[in-house]
Amino acid sequence: MLTNRSKVVVKKEMNFWERIYLPAILGGIVITIKHLFRRSATVRYPEKKREISAIWRGQHVLKRDDIGAERCTACGLCAVACPAEAITMIAAERKKGEENLYREEKYASTYEINMLRCIFCGLCEEACPKEAIFLTDRIIETDYGRKGFVFGKDKLVEPVDQRVDVSKRQTPAVLEFKQHKQLTHNK
Amino acid sequence: MAKVTIDGATIEVPDGTTILNAARQIGGESVPPAMCYYSTLKESGGKCRVCLVKVAQGSTKDPRPMPKLMASCRTPVMDGMVVQSITSPEVLEARKSVVEFLLINHPLDCPICDQAGECDLQNLAYKHGVAKTRYEEERRTFEKIDIGDKIKLHMNRCILCYRCTFVANQLTDNRVHGVLSRGDASEISTYIQKAVDNDFSGNMIDVCPVGALTDKTFRFKSRVWFTNPMDGHRNCPKCSGKVVLWTKGNDVLRVSARTDQYNEVKEFICNECRFEHKNMNDWTIDGPRHIDRDSVIAQNHYERTDLQKLKLEIDRQIEFEKGKQLPEPNPSLTA
Repeated sequence: MLTNRSKVVVKKEMNFWERIYLPAILGGIVITIKHLFRRSATVRYPEKKREISAIWRGQHVLKRDDIGAERCTACGLCAVACPAEAITMIAAERKKGEENLYREEKYASTYEINMLRCIFCGLCEEACPKEAIFLTDRIIETDYGRKGFVFGKDKLVEPVDQRVDVSKRQTPAVLEFKQHKQLTHNK
Repeated sequence: MAKVTIDGATIEVPDGTTILNAARQIGGESVPPAMCYYSTLKESGGKCRVCLVKVAQGSTKDPRPMPKLMASCRTPVMDGMVVQSITSPEVLEARKSVVEFLLINHPLDCPICDQAGECDLQNLAYKHGVAKTRYEEERRTFEKIDIGDKIKLHMNRCILCYRCTFVANQLTDNRVHGVLSRGDASEISTYIQKAVDNDFSGNMIDVCPVGALTDKTFRFKSRVWFTNPMDGHRNCPKCSGKVVLWTKGNDVLRVSARTDQYNEVKEFICNECRFEHKNMNDWTIDGPRHIDRDSVIAQNHYERTDLQKLKLEIDRQIEFEKGKQLPEPNPSLTA
């Protein structure tokens, strides 16, 4: 009796009306009919899609900078911040002539997120010092196998010609910080 | 023997001991941080200024306080000396400023740097520094130079602690690198592009408090907090052979010398142990390396704890906290 919610079960003899069950069945039918005229709680996905928030936490994107170089430098902070341990990466050194491909001296040669492990908490985005990883309003597509859920760089890095807009995810403080063009981070 | 009081705790140490070493004998929070002083390298210290302390009373004979904050790694104790480390707001303020000065030309490329996670400057800045920089000018940069196939030099990250030159002078038979130029332009370099390949030169990597000298064989292999550090040893004719193996699965990614609680190597290891034996079978594993609980490397790192010892340590800390004197309140505020 910790919650005061327990009920004592009484098994008393049913009267005539209760024994023929008709009133109870009719009561049930009335409830069902009532629900036919209510607004339905579900939508017919995928024909109809529900409106989602602009800062919805869906599929990740690895951003490129203005000239199209990958921002990620494989620092491992997203992986260490990840509570589900969904992120793994292997770093490599940038070679001469690849300055347009990778922003920093070091880059991620492989970068994988296991979408089955990911809980979409957004801590990777918060940990990233290079504004490289963001969660977007895209929903992860379903698959029959498990392998398809390990997203590599082919699915995560944004294509140069189809940039993913993440400006809505940036807080006013970040946008203000980006105004200071003299800081190395914003160059 | 000299009796010295540091943050309320009194200890008797032999004459000529520095304040820093006396504080280390007491232990606990009042040990001043040190970026250039290194217990196993002679003549080191006196350059970085992070170990500044306030000497509230010079000695029993001359009880006047010292006019300025003193570098504790270079100041010998006197009988009856009273020192304030963390109990003096002035010292904490000075440390904050010194960190700011050290970071003025530091590139802050921690996401790229292999030292991140075990970097003395990073830890110091987290503990004593401020989160924001006030520096807007262009940072000092240097041309990259190659100092051999084992050690990578990033001069931009250097804080000019001179530890690596002491290693070369005191451990190797022939020093081929040093600090060239003066003032703002000083840089660690070799004279006419020469490779640093002395047998004990690899210890420069361990003594470097920042990521200026890093292991080229470990370069970008893994972040240090994703590795599994183990104590290991082998029979080495040249050195003690006692090392730390930074492993991932069955691969030895890096070998380094064992450091003490102040991140200082007591037994230096030879280059053969450090660079040539990257195979688990070459080593006898002693067990997991002890990693500080508040270090990022302690992520997913488990080790045996001696509960009896742990209790003694906690008791000692509690005893130490009891003896501490709070700083005197500012008279202008209380009047």
